Amino acid sequence: MSVEAKEAELLIPTPRRGRRGGKAGVMQPGWLGYTFLTIVLIIAAYPLYWTFMIASGDATTVTRRPFLTLPGPNFIENALRVIDSPTLPVSFWSATLNSIIVSGVVAASVVFFSTLAGYAFSKLRFKGKNGLLYFVIATLAVPTQLAVVPLYIVMVNLKLTGNLLAVILPAVVSAFGVFWMTQYMRQALPYELIEAARVDGASMFRTFWSIALPSARPAAAMLALFIFIQTWTNFFWPFIVLDNKSATLPVALATLSNNYFDDYSLIFAGVIISIVPLFLLFLVTGRQLVKGIMEGAVKG
Amino acid sequence: MTSRTLDEREPRLIAFRNQINHWDVKLSPYLYISPFFILFAITGLFPLLYTAYVSLHKWSIIGGQGDFIGFDNFAFILGNGDFWVALRNTFSIFLLSAVPQIILAILIAAALDANLKAKTFWRMGVLLPYVVTPVAISIVFSVMFADKTGIVNTFLMNLGLDPVGWHSEPLPAHFAIALMVNFRWTGYTALIFLAAMQAIPRDYYEAAMIDGAGPVRRFFSITIPQLRPTMIFVVVTSTIGGLQIFDEPRLYDTFGRGGADGQWMTLTLFIYKLGWTDQNFGRASAVAWLLFLIIIAFAALNLILTRAIASSSTKSIKNAGKKKVSA
Repeated sequence: MSVEAKEAELLIPTPRRGRRGGKAGVMQPGWLGYTFLTIVLIIAAYPLYWTFMIASGDATTVTRRPFLTLPGPNFIENALRVIDSPTLPVSFWSATLNSIIVSGVVAASVVFFSTLAGYAFSKLRFKGKNGLLYFVIATLAVPTQLAVVPLYIVMVNLKLTGNLLAVILPAVVSAFGVFWMTQYMRQALPYELIEAARVDGASMFRTFWSIALPSARPAAAMLALFIFIQTWTNFFWPFIVLDNKSATLPVALATLSNNYFDDYSLIFAGVIISIVPLFLLFLVTGRQLVKGIMEGAVKG
Repeated sequence: MTSRTLDEREPRLIAFRNQINHWDVKLSPYLYISPFFILFAITGLFPLLYTAYVSLHKWSIIGGQGDFIGFDNFAFILGNGDFWVALRNTFSIFLLSAVPQIILAILIAAALDANLKAKTFWRMGVLLPYVVTPVAISIVFSVMFADKTGIVNTFLMNLGLDPVGWHSEPLPAHFAIALMVNFRWTGYTALIFLAAMQAIPRDYYEAAMIDGAGPVRRFFSITIPQLRPTMIFVVVTSTIGGLQIFDEPRLYDTFGRGGADGQWMTLTLFIYKLGWTDQNFGRASAVAWLLFLIIIAFAALNLILTRAIASSSTKSIKNAGKKKVSA
């Protein structure tokens, strides 16, 4: 109870909000603002609508004009043809499952290790702390993605090519995550709680597990969400190191588009299949995503 | 665990427990941060150094390590026209995406910053494309921008304009690819700018209003200068990501070679071609190192330049604001 109360108190945003809403300075939205945003949303939604239209038509829909029409009746049939296709070397079922496994495991492990490191950086005393934290932040600027050649050589030697572990292992902790959790715990976790647990005789890890980890939950959930989406949409490295059996959804989708390049209704049905899981996630968690981006931006 | 039970214990045991506790306190922090450093060493630092090592050798995907050949791979790459084309394309696509994206994102953020009805709806709406996989976006856009049958060219012809060679010509291809990047990221960037706008103290605006500045003037004289630090952040992060662009050009056609004449071949695509199509890891590593250096140099330059501009201008703005308030 008291933990939550304290947490809530600390999480109340700084008074900024109070200053807003008055007449001063804040623009009142006119028809111009609404019109502009409506156009933006239409532009954002149109390619997706168009995709569904073609995915629900047949092979000729893509070249038929005019191009703003209603969806056709064939989406389920097209989707099933993609999923059950005997000629397609990848299975969308297993690709979806692979994507869930990879994104889920990576998100969980990034959150765990980042929270652990963030706790140490924000609340524990040790030599070289600041220097090490700067080092973590500096690595954000290192384009490690470019080191695909040696990483690939390593995975070949470990016989991990075509194995989901090849995608999971290099991603189990991230500099972004460590930085994010450090920033959050600095303000959200009071020292008194940690000291109280230590006085009660809890070990360092026990203190982390039962005091720090629960109090970091809101930031951890947001981090998990971002890492999940990032891992789900990732293509370059999975494309290099995975094979048809271990393909994630983007890799499977690329294979589909190379195999059926004359029937866009099938390719676009595959596109829709690959989009739907994250769309559902977005419907449930979009509000948190918006909040996370905005909070991260202020701190970062 | 009460103190009574502790007292009953053997002194030796207590000493032992103290010793354990001592090490627990000393070592735990290092233990907790170690996963990051171990992983970075294995999948970040080591591969970067190893890339340098590979780049100095003959190295094929099947045969493995060959002779040490010094900087021959670099000489080959720098003497190869494809590298320069890829470099040009990468920068062209980067500029075509970054500049319009930042401008549009600031406009969207300004619209979102007003007292809108159904705030969450609009914010979530602009963020929607972010959850679409780049691979999916690229496939869809490559069809929309098809040279002969694409709806974009149909649209242009309906307007009485000439169709554009979105795939056959470099600049239109770069434009289409930049558009895919912006489709996914503009809303995301707009939310970052929105957060920054909401952090601008509102009394700056009050002071400007008292001085008779209209909304446009307020936007350019207060909002834009105050957003400079955020712009640095956005530019630096989009440089690091943007110069490594792979997914969009790879899927802009079904061959994935960056066009028949390399119209939209980017550096990362070039690395992939050298390493996995030509099976020459030595040359692929040489390009990787060159791109690595370019990105670091570019990010550093950005940071220095924008920081110099930002610090001088925010100072003057702050001073001006103070003067206005006190006057």
